[in-house]
Amino acid sequence: MRGVAVVGIGKTAFGAFADRDLRSLAVEAGQKCLADARVSPSQIEAFYLGNFAGPSFVGQNHLAPYIASGLGITGVPCTRFEAACASSGSAFFHAVSSVAAGMYDVVLVGGVEKMTSQSTAKVAEILAGAGDTGGEVRAGATFPALFAMIARRHMFEYGTTREDLAAVAVKNHANGAKNPLAHMRKVVTMEQVLAGKPISEPLTVYDCSLISDGAAAVMVVPLERAAEFTSKPVRVLGIAQTSDYVALDAKDDITTFRAVRLAGEKAYKMAGLSAADIEFAELHDCFTIAEIIATEDLGFVKKGEGGAYAREGRTCLHGERPVNASGGLKAKGHPVGATGVGQICDLAMQIRGEAGELQLARHSVGLAENLGGSGATAVVTILGAA
Amino acid sequence: MTTGIVYTETVVHAAPEQFVAEAPYQLAIVSLVEGGRRTVRILGERVAIGNAVELAEERGGIAYFRKASLK
Repeated sequence: MRGVAVVGIGKTAFGAFADRDLRSLAVEAGQKCLADARVSPSQIEAFYLGNFAGPSFVGQNHLAPYIASGLGITGVPCTRFEAACASSGSAFFHAVSSVAAGMYDVVLVGGVEKMTSQSTAKVAEILAGAGDTGGEVRAGATFPALFAMIARRHMFEYGTTREDLAAVAVKNHANGAKNPLAHMRKVVTMEQVLAGKPISEPLTVYDCSLISDGAAAVMVVPLERAAEFTSKPVRVLGIAQTSDYVALDAKDDITTFRAVRLAGEKAYKMAGLSAADIEFAELHDCFTIAEIIATEDLGFVKKGEGGAYAREGRTCLHGERPVNASGGLKAKGHPVGATGVGQICDLAMQIRGEAGELQLARHSVGLAENLGGSGATAVVTILGAA
Repeated sequence: MTTGIVYTETVVHAAPEQFVAEAPYQLAIVSLVEGGRRTVRILGERVAIGNAVELAEERGGIAYFRKASLK
């Protein structure tokens, strides 16, 4: 298996953009990535796209060639990956796999979602399609409801508090306020979060990630060729994608994401690293409880200690292991299909030392965790300076 | 009668489009006495983790449970 490097990144701002369509967002991210890697469209050997629900949100199918051709890329395999909120994490995993296997040398990976042209209730319904539509969704579950039930059980079993959840929102908003590409650049207080509009008890609006438009792209090449494209290559040290049951009520224990645990173990093994070696992380905080559980599942802390880990400030920008320095899905925004590749861009920016006001002191080894649905897909990636 | 214990629960305020008129409503995952778990709606009094519940009715593919009566 060959070593693989990320040699180009490109992101749009995340936000609500009434005047932008899905393709223009994806093309903007792709063009930025091509320019960053100094690659022309004719050099691209394959295009992997992550998108959750373009057909439902904007009525467009056949998205991969639709976007690739907008970038001037034709004549090569262009494929869309759908794995709920882990759609572009999955696209990235498969792109890395194909380059590692020697199938291709120059692969563009994109992720995009255009969500804000639909009402919030309609968005909730489309997102619920990532759950079990024959069971939990039929009974009236939304994604906030599923994660609210996860939060309730975690609180019951481990004594996690409402304030622990809020600490995640306060931290990620503080970080997002410093990210020029973030959807919500606004600091919030503990009091605001606790008094927020209830969405699904105990979660308030401040516990939920944002409904956003946006796109991201990365260029993947064999490590041995990385120097042709950039002076600052970022190496894929470890990566894994795993799966679990779609329905929450089919899982033995909903206070852990088994798929995340397994993907973490596999990625650590591939990298020859352990949790102690991870200097910073971008974790899938679709809801505040999800970040708390991810810090446990990835071994940053013991099971049940994720709440205190957040509350004590150990994951903040100047803490021992910053989590979601970008602002996370919570403040940066969560254009579902763009999120996984967006996290890879955020890690790469840190490793390259290009994160501006958010640049971390220790930034040579970072981990990204991208979660699909209530844990049926997980992708964990560990990146490091090459 | 189908009975079970509440494994977890939530009250949904922001409902998906087809259930907007019914919000807020309580949803629970119930550990059934006969085995397995099921996501159900709760009728009447709100329930908490550990409460005993019983099936009240099934309609439209949804199981409606309520707090078990003490008998």
